[in-house]
Amino acid sequence: MTAGKETRALSGTENRKSSGSRRRKGLNVSLTVFAAAAAILVTTMAAGMPGGALAAETESQTSAQTSSGSGEKVTLRIANWEEYIDEGGWDEEEAIELEDSENTVIFGENSMIEDFEAWYLENYGVEVEVEYSTFGTNEDLYNQMTLGNNFDLVCPSEYMFMKLIAEGRLQPLSESFFDPEIEENYYIRGVSDYIKNIYDTNTINGEPWSKYAAGYMWGTTGIVYNPEEITEEEASHWALLADPKYKGQVTIKDNVRDSYFAALGILNEEELLQPDFVNSDNRLEQIAERMNRTDDETVAAAEDILKQMKENAYSFESDSGKADMVTGKVLANYQWSGDAVYTLDQAEIDDYTLAYAVPEECTNIWFDGWVMIRDGIAGNAAKQQAAEAFINFMSRPDNVVRNMYYIGYTSVIAGGDSDIIYAYADWCYGAEEDAENTIEYPVGFFFSGDDSDPDYVITAEADQINRQLYAQYPPKDVLDRAVVMQYFDQENNQKINQMWVNVRCFNLASLTWQDWTKIGAGVVIVLAAVVVFKKRDDLFRKKI
Amino acid sequence: MKMFRFSRKQLCIPYALFLICFVVLPLAVIVYYAFTDGSGRFTLDNLISFFTNGNTIGTLCYSVVIAAVVTAVCLLIAYPVAYVLARSGLKRGPVILMLFIMPMWINFTLRITALKEILTLLEGNLSLHPFLNTVIGMTYDYLPFMILPLYTTLLQLDNSLLEAASDLGAGPAAVFFRVTLPLSMPGVASGITMTFLPAMTNYVILDMIYNSTYIMGSLIGSYFNIYDWNNGSMISLILFAVICVVSLITGGEDQDDARNRGAVL
Repeated sequence: MTAGKETRALSGTENRKSSGSRRRKGLNVSLTVFAAAAAILVTTMAAGMPGGALAAETESQTSAQTSSGSGEKVTLRIANWEEYIDEGGWDEEEAIELEDSENTVIFGENSMIEDFEAWYLENYGVEVEVEYSTFGTNEDLYNQMTLGNNFDLVCPSEYMFMKLIAEGRLQPLSESFFDPEIEENYYIRGVSDYIKNIYDTNTINGEPWSKYAAGYMWGTTGIVYNPEEITEEEASHWALLADPKYKGQVTIKDNVRDSYFAALGILNEEELLQPDFVNSDNRLEQIAERMNRTDDETVAAAEDILKQMKENAYSFESDSGKADMVTGKVLANYQWSGDAVYTLDQAEIDDYTLAYAVPEECTNIWFDGWVMIRDGIAGNAAKQQAAEAFINFMSRPDNVVRNMYYIGYTSVIAGGDSDIIYAYADWCYGAEEDAENTIEYPVGFFFSGDDSDPDYVITAEADQINRQLYAQYPPKDVLDRAVVMQYFDQENNQKINQMWVNVRCFNLASLTWQDWTKIGAGVVIVLAAVVVFKKRDDLFRKKI
Repeated sequence: MKMFRFSRKQLCIPYALFLICFVVLPLAVIVYYAFTDGSGRFTLDNLISFFTNGNTIGTLCYSVVIAAVVTAVCLLIAYPVAYVLARSGLKRGPVILMLFIMPMWINFTLRITALKEILTLLEGNLSLHPFLNTVIGMTYDYLPFMILPLYTTLLQLDNSLLEAASDLGAGPAAVFFRVTLPLSMPGVASGITMTFLPAMTNYVILDMIYNSTYIMGSLIGSYFNIYDWNNGSMISLILFAVICVVSLITGGEDQDDARNRGAVL
C-alpha cells in the first residue's frame, strides 16, 4: 500500500453518494481521549476514577439569548455516542435530492439540537435548552451515571438498556408516546414493524423493551473481507476468525461481548448449519438459546477458542480495524454493519473493492436506543414531554435521513406513511439508469414487513448483493438468523469477564523450558553486570 | 526578612491544595475500594485473589519484563548520546539535543501511528512480533525522558574532577568508570524512574501497536469496565507498591553512589 493511498483513505470527509463518509473523523478524538486516560493513570495514579476517561464535553447549545424570565423553560440533558447525530453545516452541494413522492430535498443547515429547540418551541410553545454530552462506550456511560452525572435521555446499546431496565433505573415512556393519531408522534408512526416486534417481544423481568426504550440505530455483525484473497464462502463462517490459514490477517473486536459471540458461533458451527436445524420452525429461538449460553462448560470452551483467536489474529481493535482494512494491512475484519458500510465506502474512494458477509451460522442483531433516566426526569412531566418529543423529532423522516447520512448507520425508522426513507435507500444504492449488471434487491422485510412487497425493491448494481446495501438493509435470510444477545447479569458478567481477562493476560504456564532458559540467562547477565559495576574499584585498582 | 518567609510559606498553599485534591484524596479512595467488597465491607479477598491467580501474576511479570527491557534499551541508547552531547563540546550540541527532544512536542498517539507505518514497512506484518514492536514503540516514546536527565547531569559534571583523575594517572576508561559514571548516577536513576514507571502502565501503546496481551494498565481498565472497582483499585494499589519499591531502589542507589563514589576523589 502506498503512503498516498493511506492518507487519502484516512482523510475522510469526501462528499460521496453513499452514506457514512462524514462520520469517524472522531478517530483521533477517541485516541486522544485514550491518551488522556493513560496520562491520568500514569501520573496521578487516580485510576480509581474512570470518569476521568470520559469525554464529557457538555456543551450548552442555546446561547443565553432571550428567555424573558419565563419560569417554564425546560432543560433536557442528553447523552449520546460520539459522532452520532447530525451536526449540520452541510456544504450546498451536499443537499440530497430525493425522488420520493414530494421530491424532498434534505439539507442539514443547523445542528439537529438547534433545530429541535426551535421545533419544540414552535410546536409545544415551550422553550427547551438541550445540554448535550457524549460518551465513548456503554461502560463509560454507566460509570458516569454511577459517579453522579445525571441525564434525562441517553442512547446506550441494547444490552446496557437491558441492564438499566433490570436495575429499575429507567422511566417508562408515556402512553401518549405510542398514540399514532398524534401528529408529532413520528416514532410510533414510522418505526419498522420488524424492529417494533423485537422491542415488543424481548422482555426483562416480564417487561418488554418497548415500555422503556425507543430505537435509534440498528444493525448486524459480520465480516468485512477482501474478495480477492478470501472467498465469500470462507467469510460466511465465524471460523474464519480463528483460521490458521489467515494468521495475522484478521482483526477481532476488542470487547468481550462481540468476541464471545463469535467464539460461540465457532463452537456451535456444526449444529447451527445442520439442514434440520436450519429448516426447523423455531430456528431463531434455538439460535438465541445457544448463543446466549453462559454455563461454565460453554464459557471454558469459548475461552479456548478465544485464546486460539488471539494467537491467530492481527489484533484486537476497537477503532483501528477500519483503517487497517482500507489500507490493506489485513484481509478480514470482524465488524458491525454500520462500520462495515463506512469501511467499504472508504475503500471505494481508492478503487479498492471490499465486501461484507454475515456468517451463515447466525449473527448478532444490535440496537442503540433512547431511554429516559428515572432519577433525571424525577417526575417532571414537562421534562418527560421534551424527552419524548426529542425522540420523535429524531424519528421525523427528513431528520432520520440527515442522521443516517451523517452517521452511516441504519435507522430503525422505516418511515410509515412517508416514503422518504425508502427514497433515501434508493438514492444511496439504486443503480444508474444505464447500468448493465443489476439485481432486484427486496427490502420490504424492513419497510413493510413483507419481503415480497413489490413497492420496496431496489434496483441496485449487482455487486451490492454483498456490499453496502447488504450491510445496511440485510435481506430476510440474514434476519432469519439474527438474534439478540441478552445482557449478562452480575454473576455471569463477572464470570465472562474473568474468562476474557484470562484470554488477554500473559499466562506464565505458556512458557516453555526454552523460554525459561532464556529468561534465566538474561537474569544471570544482568546480575553479572551489576556485580562487575559494584566491584569495579577492585577491578581497576589491579590494572592501575 | 520575616515578611519574605511568611509569603514564601503562603506560596505553598496552592501546591498543598493540589496535592490533597489530586494525590491524597484519590489515593484514599483507591485504598477504600481496594479493601472493601461490592457492598462496602472490609475484605482482603481482592489482595488474595490477585496473588493466587496465575493470570494476574503473569500480567505483573509481563509488565515488569516489558518495562525493564524498555528501560535498559533506553539507557543503552541514551547514555552515549547524552555523553557525547554534553562532554564532547560539539558546537551544535544543543541543536542535536533539540532534535532528540523534538518528538516530545508531538502528541504520542500521532508518533506511534507513524511508527506503526514504518514498522509495517519493515516487518510486513505487525502481529508477528508483538513484544519486539512494543519495546520499539515504548523506547521511541520514552527515549527523550531518559536523555534529558542524563544530559543535564553530565553537563553539570565538574571538569576539574576529571582532570584531576587523569593527572593522578587514570586512563580514559578508568576516568569514565570511576568518576563520570558514578557522578552521573543521579541522572541514570531519574531516567529509570521516568521510563520504567510509565512503561508498566501505558497500554495505549500496546493497543496501538497491536500487542493483544494485557499489561497492568489494561488489566486495571478491564476491571473498571465491568464496574468491578474493588479489584481494579487493588491492582492499582499493587502497581503503586511496585512503583514505590522501584523508586526506593533507584533513589537509594543514586544517593549512596553520589556520596561514596564521588567522595573517593
